[in-house]
Amino acid sequence: MCGSLNASETHKPLHPEWSFEGPLGKFERASLQRGYQVYSEVCSGCHSMDLLSYRNLVEEGGPEFSEDQAKAMAAMFEVEGGPDEDGEMYMRAAILSDHFVSPWKNEQQGRASNGGAYPPDLSVMVKAREGGADYIYSLLIGYEDAPEGTELDDGVYYNVYAKNQRIAMPQLLYEDAVEYTDGTAATPEQMSHDVTMFLTWASEPHLESRKRMGFKVIIYLLILSFLLYFTNKQIWRDSH
Amino acid sequence: MSDNYEPKSAIGKWFDKRLPLLTLFAGHVLPFPTPKNLNYWWTFGGILTFCLVAQIITGLVLAMHYIADADIAFSSVEHIMRDVNYGWLLRYIHANGASMFFIAVYIHMARSLFYGSYKEPRELIWIIGVFIFLLMIATAFTGYVLPWGQMSFWAATVITNLFTAIPVFGESITNWLWGGYSVGSPLLTRFFALHYLMPFLIFALVILHIWALHVPGNNNPEGIDVVKGSQDTVPFHPHYVVKDAFALVVFMIIFAGFVFYTPNLLGHTDNYIQANPLQTPEHIVPEWYFLPFYAILRSVPDKLGGVILMVSAIAILAFLPWLDTSKVRSAKYRPLYKQFYWIFIADVILLGYLGSQTADGLFLIISRLATAYYFIHFIIFMPLLGYIEKTKPLPKSISEPVLNDKEKAAKDSAG
Repeated sequence: MCGSLNASETHKPLHPEWSFEGPLGKFERASLQRGYQVYSEVCSGCHSMDLLSYRNLVEEGGPEFSEDQAKAMAAMFEVEGGPDEDGEMYMRAAILSDHFVSPWKNEQQGRASNGGAYPPDLSVMVKAREGGADYIYSLLIGYEDAPEGTELDDGVYYNVYAKNQRIAMPQLLYEDAVEYTDGTAATPEQMSHDVTMFLTWASEPHLESRKRMGFKVIIYLLILSFLLYFTNKQIWRDSH
Repeated sequence: MSDNYEPKSAIGKWFDKRLPLLTLFAGHVLPFPTPKNLNYWWTFGGILTFCLVAQIITGLVLAMHYIADADIAFSSVEHIMRDVNYGWLLRYIHANGASMFFIAVYIHMARSLFYGSYKEPRELIWIIGVFIFLLMIATAFTGYVLPWGQMSFWAATVITNLFTAIPVFGESITNWLWGGYSVGSPLLTRFFALHYLMPFLIFALVILHIWALHVPGNNNPEGIDVVKGSQDTVPFHPHYVVKDAFALVVFMIIFAGFVFYTPNLLGHTDNYIQANPLQTPEHIVPEWYFLPFYAILRSVPDKLGGVILMVSAIAILAFLPWLDTSKVRSAKYRPLYKQFYWIFIADVILLGYLGSQTADGLFLIISRLATAYYFIHFIIFMPLLGYIEKTKPLPKSISEPVLNDKEKAAKDSAG
């Protein structure tokens, strides 16, 4: 979709329609759930999300998995527990109150496994990049063959939305990279859309209640300002 | 005005005799004679008081959940955003509240400059105001460091490094500020302590500011003294209490728009990346409200010179009552000053824009010219204008121009 443009420019991110935009915007529940599937099956191989817990997956305004579903998702990971009464640490299945399990023991391991480039934590990623959700969405589908004459170092890939068109993350969202449990066709655009929705929620888990409250607060203040305007007029009526 | 205010209830009488708070409020503050011609630019004093109180209350609750430690600060802020009840609301009010506070204070200062509110007999009100502004800057800066994102860390590094410009003792002073040899946890904990302290110092100065205001009373758009015992004034309550309340609610609507719909618009995306001493961000930019001063700092090739100039840009405000030699207060009656006023405002906005750009090439040259103009305005134009300007005739009283307009309208309709 963007192959014919001048390759030396970083492209302006695409702007798909997001359900969470607008004064009463909401996440699409099904999209958030699919997004979690993309994250856990693809992204989580390299990217941690330290600030999230499995319990968040159940909470209102998020993917709203059932508690049983979330428990099962958590149980797929192991965390270190203990010490037990003998003072020994042991491995146990993760529970709802555990943080998302990181793919790396520490940053050094992450670096060593990725040619020195540490895959950043994704917990607040949407708020940590200029362009937010639009940028993340575009970046995930922005891979192209490098134009002739472009030198790329080892472990560096060509992406029209990345800075200098170079990025250390390879393309992963190929057609059918995941098999959606709800039967949705897993096109790169669909997967990118879903995982971006999921990451937006992760960055701003109270977005829905924030917008709902804002709407009420502003209506309340507007009514109050009308009342005060006319009260003020009345008080000043004879003072000029 | 009722100097002979007397509490009605027995308990009121008992209390007031021992501590005359009731007399102060019901007998002085509420009926305080206030010029009747104040426009909406005069509502920002009340708005600023609201901002201060809102910052203190939200800040108090945030402080109960925030942890000032370089390893935990970033995630403790995210803990507030995610897990504390309405934590996101408190934090977004507090972060955007700082910006709203500065919008209001800049309008408040610009109003003073336009209507000459800093002039005799209100010099002290103005000077206390300059100190409040200084404390606001220090509070906002220390507060910006607390989330310990990339911008927090690097802003702290750049600004504290300015102290190394001080001759001889620079290095030791900087190390003393840091509590070590680089920006880290010791700096974070002391910044948190200072950030918690300074709002209460501001609060104390605000009381002095209002106290000093209540000696001569408000200036007004005509810039003339009220005629004692005339129709020039109205009691503060209810006239200005309600007018201020209306303006405050309009201000709050804009405030709410930021908090609920674009809570991160005024912040920098890099501050959602945890501080990393090994990775310098591409552009280190301060918050928007510091940009004009940042531009002045960078316009000087010498570090010490830049620091001196930046500090002078604020300090010079305190001398304004004596730099301005004109006896006429309001720019309404100063045709020349009025033009220089708007050029000065444009110059400050230009400096703000330049502060957000990289300082090289043409931008640097314009920065230098704009910086020079900033000081020329205060040091040359303000004293000079008082001598060369031919001011317009002042009305005899506040009531007069109002009457004249009405008379004109009557004449026009008659003719």
